[in-house]
Amino acid sequence: MSESPKLPLLKVNGLHVYYGAIHAIKGISLEVNEGEIVTLIGANGAGKSTTLNTIAGLLKPRQGTVAFGGMPVGGTGASKMVYKGLSLCPEGRRIFQQMTVKENLEMGSFSRPKDELESSMAQVYGFFPRLKEREKQIAGTLSGGEQQMLAMGRALMSKPRLMMLDEPSMGLAPILVEQIFEIIREMNRAGTTILLVEQNAQMALSIANRAYVMETGRITMEGNARELMNDDNVRKAYLGS
Amino acid sequence: MIFLSNLVNGISLGSIYAIIALGYTMVYGIAKMLNFAHGDVIMVGAYIIFCGAQYWGLPAPVAVLLAMLVCTVLGMTIEKLAYKPLRQATGLAVLITAIGMSYLLQNTALLIWGANPKVFPSPFSTDALHLFGGELVIKPETLITILANVVIMIALSLFISRTKMGKAMRCVSEDRGAAELMGINVNRTISVTFAIGSALAAIAGLLLCSSYPMLQPTTGSMPGIKAFTAAVFGGIGSIPGAMLGGVLLGIIEILGKAYISTELGDAIVFAVLIVVLLVRPTGLLGKPVREKV
Repeated sequence: MSESPKLPLLKVNGLHVYYGAIHAIKGISLEVNEGEIVTLIGANGAGKSTTLNTIAGLLKPRQGTVAFGGMPVGGTGASKMVYKGLSLCPEGRRIFQQMTVKENLEMGSFSRPKDELESSMAQVYGFFPRLKEREKQIAGTLSGGEQQMLAMGRALMSKPRLMMLDEPSMGLAPILVEQIFEIIREMNRAGTTILLVEQNAQMALSIANRAYVMETGRITMEGNARELMNDDNVRKAYLGS
Repeated sequence: MIFLSNLVNGISLGSIYAIIALGYTMVYGIAKMLNFAHGDVIMVGAYIIFCGAQYWGLPAPVAVLLAMLVCTVLGMTIEKLAYKPLRQATGLAVLITAIGMSYLLQNTALLIWGANPKVFPSPFSTDALHLFGGELVIKPETLITILANVVIMIALSLFISRTKMGKAMRCVSEDRGAAELMGINVNRTISVTFAIGSALAAIAGLLLCSSYPMLQPTTGSMPGIKAFTAAVFGGIGSIPGAMLGGVLLGIIEILGKAYISTELGDAIVFAVLIVVLLVRPTGLLGKPVREKV
């Protein structure tokens, strides 16, 4: 887990993204190695979600490259990325509100062969026993925490090599945040590489191996998560001390 | 007995509206646009059946299948050429394109088949059903229309709830971006939606012209608008809503014409729509607008 032994699983190089005339991402580069938890922290509007959405293929970069598993994937549509083993658990959860919990999970395995469904579902229910209890419930009626679990479970259903999580702690009570982060760590131990975007820098840095700090479209700092946690600038700006 | 007869006719007319309304409501639900050319696809379907039976000597079922095929291809082509390039455009641009497409189809039909109305031969040649000692007469096309509606409704509900493509449609309808993240090909899903709606339009064309056998290039226009009304009435985007809205609209129209005023029949239909929308802005079975995200 220390020095990257081989080709990184995800390599982003010199990425520029525009929203119309707004230059949202100004040439960022980052890497995620197999087995790592990497976090991307920064203030609201720094461009963290835009970065994830671009890697996932929902947005097209104006410039720069994204390579996944050693293959260039820039401009590949989002619907194809999941077949390559990259899954995004989006900001605001975006579960299918009118479908049941089970149907949501089924849709998560849309990209996988049908005979995997049951074992994947069992794996997800292993991480989130609560979802099993709520299996037949309409997803829109779940609590915020349960919806977050469902969004993560749904993303896990595609058996991703890399799971990107966008603000999983948003709007959740502290106890739930801790639970969610514990599960992220468990999913990582079970073999899923994680790229985590968070405003809750404290939590994110506590579970990550490495971290990148983003400010207004640029990466301003990067390094070992533990070291960043002790860095004075990071402490002042993001950890409130 | 006359009331019963009117009611049956109303349900039958309403069934035609319901089948057309399905095309509107599915496309609206999934592609988030109003396909105003949908009514004219019905007209094209009816012409193909007419030509198949009258000129090309095809047996009626073959002519109907051919019409369904032509309409499916037509619907998918319209979507690909006219609507797909506008996917990121404003709703207004798409709406105007759809209206333009409607006139394009009508004028092309005018060019090919001329303005003179054609008398559509009913392919249903069995005798009418005489009930209650001959007091209630139900024509075969009336009965078949109602049956067809029920069958289509059941088949479509099963398709939407059980099949992979059907579920993909529900996902795209709810959240296009999230659907993409699941690996769902949104463009293909929208294309299939148009295909299904257009194939149903061919069936609607058959049923419509069997009951009202005057076929001309504007034939699809008024039923199209009324079916759109039915879709809004029932709650646009909702499949059971299209069914309910269509049947109710047909009943209101026929009963209104029979008991209130023949001339005001259409006006009554739209008056009811306005009242319903005042009370329930999302239609009878429409989903309430979500307030929080």
